[in-house]
Amino acid sequence: MNDMTERKLALSHMWVAFIAFILACFMGEYQVLERSGLIEALDSPTVYFASVSTHGVLMAYVLTTFFIMGFGYYTASTSLKTPVWNKNLAWAGFWLALAGVVIAAVPLLLGLASVLYTFYPPVQAHYAFYIGATLLIVGSWVWCGIMIMMFLQWKEQNPGEIVPLVMFATTMNAMLWLWTSAGVALESLFLILPWAFGWVDTIDVGLARTLFAWTLHPIVYFWLIPAYTAFYSFVPKHAGSYLFSDELARAAFIVLVVFSLPIGFHHLYMDPEQASGWKLLHSVGTFIVSIPTFITGFTVIASLEVAGRLRGGKGLFGWIGTLPWTNTMVLSVILSLLMLIFGGWGGLVNASYAMNAMIHNTAWVPGHFHLIFAGTTVIMYFSIAYYLWPILTKKPIYSNNLALVQLWTWFIGMSIMTTPWHVLGLLGQPRRISSVVYNNLMTLSWEPYELLMIMGGLVLVGSACLFIYLIFKTQFGATTEVYEAEVEYAESYHEVKDLPEYLNDIKLWNKVIAVLMFISFGIPILQFFFLDTYDSSAWGY
Amino acid sequence: MHIDPLEKKWAQIVLAICAFFITIIMIDALFHSVNAPSNVETINSAKLHLSEEFAEDNLGVQIDEKGEITIRMVAGRYSFFPKKITVPAETKLTFRWVSIDVLHGVHIPMTNMSTMIVPGFVAEIETSFPKPGEYPVLCNEYCGLGHDHMWSKIDVVEKDQWQAPQITSKGGDNK
Repeated sequence: MNDMTERKLALSHMWVAFIAFILACFMGEYQVLERSGLIEALDSPTVYFASVSTHGVLMAYVLTTFFIMGFGYYTASTSLKTPVWNKNLAWAGFWLALAGVVIAAVPLLLGLASVLYTFYPPVQAHYAFYIGATLLIVGSWVWCGIMIMMFLQWKEQNPGEIVPLVMFATTMNAMLWLWTSAGVALESLFLILPWAFGWVDTIDVGLARTLFAWTLHPIVYFWLIPAYTAFYSFVPKHAGSYLFSDELARAAFIVLVVFSLPIGFHHLYMDPEQASGWKLLHSVGTFIVSIPTFITGFTVIASLEVAGRLRGGKGLFGWIGTLPWTNTMVLSVILSLLMLIFGGWGGLVNASYAMNAMIHNTAWVPGHFHLIFAGTTVIMYFSIAYYLWPILTKKPIYSNNLALVQLWTWFIGMSIMTTPWHVLGLLGQPRRISSVVYNNLMTLSWEPYELLMIMGGLVLVGSACLFIYLIFKTQFGATTEVYEAEVEYAESYHEVKDLPEYLNDIKLWNKVIAVLMFISFGIPILQFFFLDTYDSSAWGY
Repeated sequence: MHIDPLEKKWAQIVLAICAFFITIIMIDALFHSVNAPSNVETINSAKLHLSEEFAEDNLGVQIDEKGEITIRMVAGRYSFFPKKITVPAETKLTFRWVSIDVLHGVHIPMTNMSTMIVPGFVAEIETSFPKPGEYPVLCNEYCGLGHDHMWSKIDVVEKDQWQAPQITSKGGDNK
């Protein structure tokens, strides 16, 4: 199969993702420096909040969405062994999303959209920011449509056959993203855009927050699923073994997708506008969605153990040392799981309903999501890139040793940065401040931790630069060597047979999600139309 | 379909862990009233000065005939008003927070006095402070470029040294 277009699609999307990433990394380091107050000349809330807003948008929306789209196009076409359906449409989606990024970037960089990536009304940004963000989402919907089309067409042409796990996961993620983005799309189209254009004077803040909470949790699973897909579909082969259980992997993806949606109120635990019964309901779902992560940890570690033993590892822990630590995919999954264990533990604290009061909106929260997103998730984006770049460019990786150094430094930098960040939260430091001006002794205890965070950030910036250097040199470096390998997906330890249809299709789960969403969001949204609510007018910042 | 016995065991352990956490949260919420601060009560944030309850001379600490203490606070860029209040330690306190402008959050570090203050709603939270001292009251949601400067103080004094303000007739009831 001539897969030139597919390779170009994947590379184009991923380059947009990683360029956004490296720009945002430098902003991150500037922010931690500015915030510490160490260099007086840097002190400027105007620049700081413009930077935080841009950093958040680039990392959370651009890096993720473009990486996921590129990854999806290539894994779909290689696992199903068919070209991407409607390539022109795929390119249209790419350009639409990219146009959205550019349109949003202009007001962000000019300081006209310093409303942070959560853009909570009634603080209002320039309307171009909301238009850009909306276009990015619409562009990503094109990708969702293509993934689901390819899945359905393949099933029609191969009746009774089992959809490859990687494609099953990607399609579940496309369906997840359609459901996820519906919340913020409703908020954007019906509340924010008419208000930003000046067609209406006021906005229902409670409703806007509720709709954003709809999106705010499952979006992180949208980002995480490619990492889990690599855990299941790439890691076992790289370690030299088999996937421990294909069936449970599918079950894990299903529970992850279904239960990540109806639980967004754990972001509103401290909000007045939703009653405690709804919050409790969402907290139960929040614990249920931890189950597939526990299962994933088990299956991946079991696959690694099989590999270690096949390579001669003996005893209870002997298999760990015999793993191929110099394989970037294997190293990254080990580091990723380590960060997942700590980040997941922090997540359970956040999820714990009334206990959330202790850490809500403190520095603990960005500490948590940097560990679990920038750590656990993004380190897998790196190793996926290291695996795919030679295949996509047909050139060998520039240096495997430097890639290993890059992964290790990312892990070390992330540990140095996020540990003090968590501690700062427990010591009461709010997130989202640009400087510490509280005239209170308490703030003295914060200083050493801020210095540590600057160090961690420096290590991370260095590591990020090395990553960009490596993929750039791989693609554009002068080499005559041709790399011929193709993508390989893990094989199952046990042969998969008699797979029930519910583990091979998305239709049933789509209906289950609809019911759960109706139960958990129906009345909480409708209440705003029955209550005597007072809307807010627009405020600058 | 094949599921390894080890995996079955692990799945059961995981379910038990989750059930354990959920049970603790439910017992605390349903039997000990340990809840996140919910209060679906709307108010017109643009007309607080005209409202009975949050009119200027009605803010701060008040005690009613039954001895219940209610503290009414207004959050606005960039402070909490009144800027300094005094409350007794080891006493049940009911805070009622409203915003005059945008979204704010309030947290008194090292305590569970934490809530979002959403324009259009009254945030209500019940708490008590075990230890006397001067505590900072911090805004913990981005509310504008001056957000860093949004903070005030609360003095917590020994219960027997606290002087109750005069019982006022207006606004003392929690409506």
